[in-house]
Amino acid sequence: MAYSDKVIDHYENPRNVGSLDKSDPDVGTGIVGAPACGDVMKLQIKVQDGVIVDAKFKTYGCGSAIASSSLVTEWVKGMAIDEAEKIQNKQIAEELSLPPVKIHCSVLAEDAIKAAIEDYRRKHGAAGADQEATGS
Amino acid sequence: MTTQTQTPSPEDRARTRPAVTAGRPIYMDYAATCPVDPRVLDAMLPYFTEKFGNAASRTHSYGWVAEEAVEIGRERIAEVIGASPKEITFTSGATESNNLAIKGVAEYLADKGRHIVTCVTEHKAVLDPCKYLERKGYEVTYLPVAPDGRVDPQRVADAIRDDTILVSIMFANNETGVVHPVPEIGRICHERGVLFHTDATQAFGKIPIDVQEMNIDLLSMSAHKIYGPKGVGALYLRRRRPRVRVVPLIHGGGHERGNRSGTLPVPLIVGFGEAAKIAAESMEEESRRILELREHMRRRIESEIPEVVINGSIEHRLPGTLNVSFKYIEGESLIMGLRGVAVSSGSACTSASLEPSYVLRAMGLDDELAHSSLRMCIGRPTTREEVDAVVDMLAERVAKLREMSPLWEMVQEGIDLSTIEWTAH
Repeated sequence: MAYSDKVIDHYENPRNVGSLDKSDPDVGTGIVGAPACGDVMKLQIKVQDGVIVDAKFKTYGCGSAIASSSLVTEWVKGMAIDEAEKIQNKQIAEELSLPPVKIHCSVLAEDAIKAAIEDYRRKHGAAGADQEATGS
Repeated sequence: MTTQTQTPSPEDRARTRPAVTAGRPIYMDYAATCPVDPRVLDAMLPYFTEKFGNAASRTHSYGWVAEEAVEIGRERIAEVIGASPKEITFTSGATESNNLAIKGVAEYLADKGRHIVTCVTEHKAVLDPCKYLERKGYEVTYLPVAPDGRVDPQRVADAIRDDTILVSIMFANNETGVVHPVPEIGRICHERGVLFHTDATQAFGKIPIDVQEMNIDLLSMSAHKIYGPKGVGALYLRRRRPRVRVVPLIHGGGHERGNRSGTLPVPLIVGFGEAAKIAAESMEEESRRILELREHMRRRIESEIPEVVINGSIEHRLPGTLNVSFKYIEGESLIMGLRGVAVSSGSACTSASLEPSYVLRAMGLDDELAHSSLRMCIGRPTTREEVDAVVDMLAERVAKLREMSPLWEMVQEGIDLSTIEWTAH
């Protein structure tokens, strides 16, 4: 299969590989996928004042899965969590020119950021708006 | 035959290589296909041009020359497996040979019985004809394999019924290189009076095969796995004790004793014959050299890369094939990182389905391990330098991908992956 230049770039030079401290109350962690399916993504965000100030990922999966998660961490940095929540797999697939058989990789990346945001909100036991108020 | 072909010298290999991998990825996918050996190509060329006759033309020398070339090819192929030339039917390749063997026997013996025994790890070219026959009212028993990839001959014996007409078990597996206990299976089939077909596509010309000693009644072969041309194969059909008959798939001019009509591809057959002759003559020396390289590769991988699993029996295995799972990384991403190497993945992530290799799954590998597997095959042109370069690249890539792998991270933290509730998608 031929990969797009952008997929190859993210695969070769993945952005934001790594881990944030899971127990940090400002960190939200999303782990999605399953080893049996050949894809597992761990995406973490660090939120301050309702804004994502840092993002890290680790991905087990094909090159398109790695690229999708790498791209999402790049996109969400500096974004308000309400904005990040609106990222859709279509945008990811489009940006990386994913072929139809790899669309599920972009779906997984969307799921991962949503799961990370959800985790962050769960930690704070309230909706995002409240966090913005208390965070400052 | 009378002309002597030397076993491939290092010069021959060097002569092959520039055309094969110069400036391109190191080729380690010889179980998929091989380059045509230059000696094979040389033998073929005249049959495209001045010796272009139709082997079925009986009225002039063009035809006689072509027919003679075909018969020499037939003899050379028969010789490799201890058969007589009359027992060789040319086909378009091993897929056709398997189809002709399975569907041909099934139809011919339909009145005698409608049960076939095969194995879950067979190539699709065996499994799909079997499935086709199931739709036509035949019954097929798919035997499991042991974790080492081999079928237990006792299971074959137990599966044979009064209405069993054929047992089809491959000689060596294409994904793992694991060699089945063919002589034992042959003996059982012979004792029970059931025909035994073996798909020897991977084994032919690589390891010794004797259809008499091994009680093989039908055997599928292919030219391009032994440095011959693509588009030609053969089926061995035993002529005596018992005489095997098949209903042809292709009807027409009655070529190949009526078993397979169609004008014979003379240049391809000449190439197939030459490739078979070279393979037979160089088998001992070449398999020793290739086995040495493979074991060098295996030892380096096992000692330099942690958490690897060699899939399938080491002892019962083709000399050149290695199938390895690199835990906690996904096969396709590894292949993507090995752009300097041409290998194949056990992961079917490359296809539309997310199913990992059914062969590895049948050996009891979990999905994650099956997704992490690579098949590497060493061939005639492979050098020690190439093997070392591939292992170096592998070690580097595996480390890099594990650095990126959440599974690797969890395992390092002492988490048991089997206890996690994954969100399947």
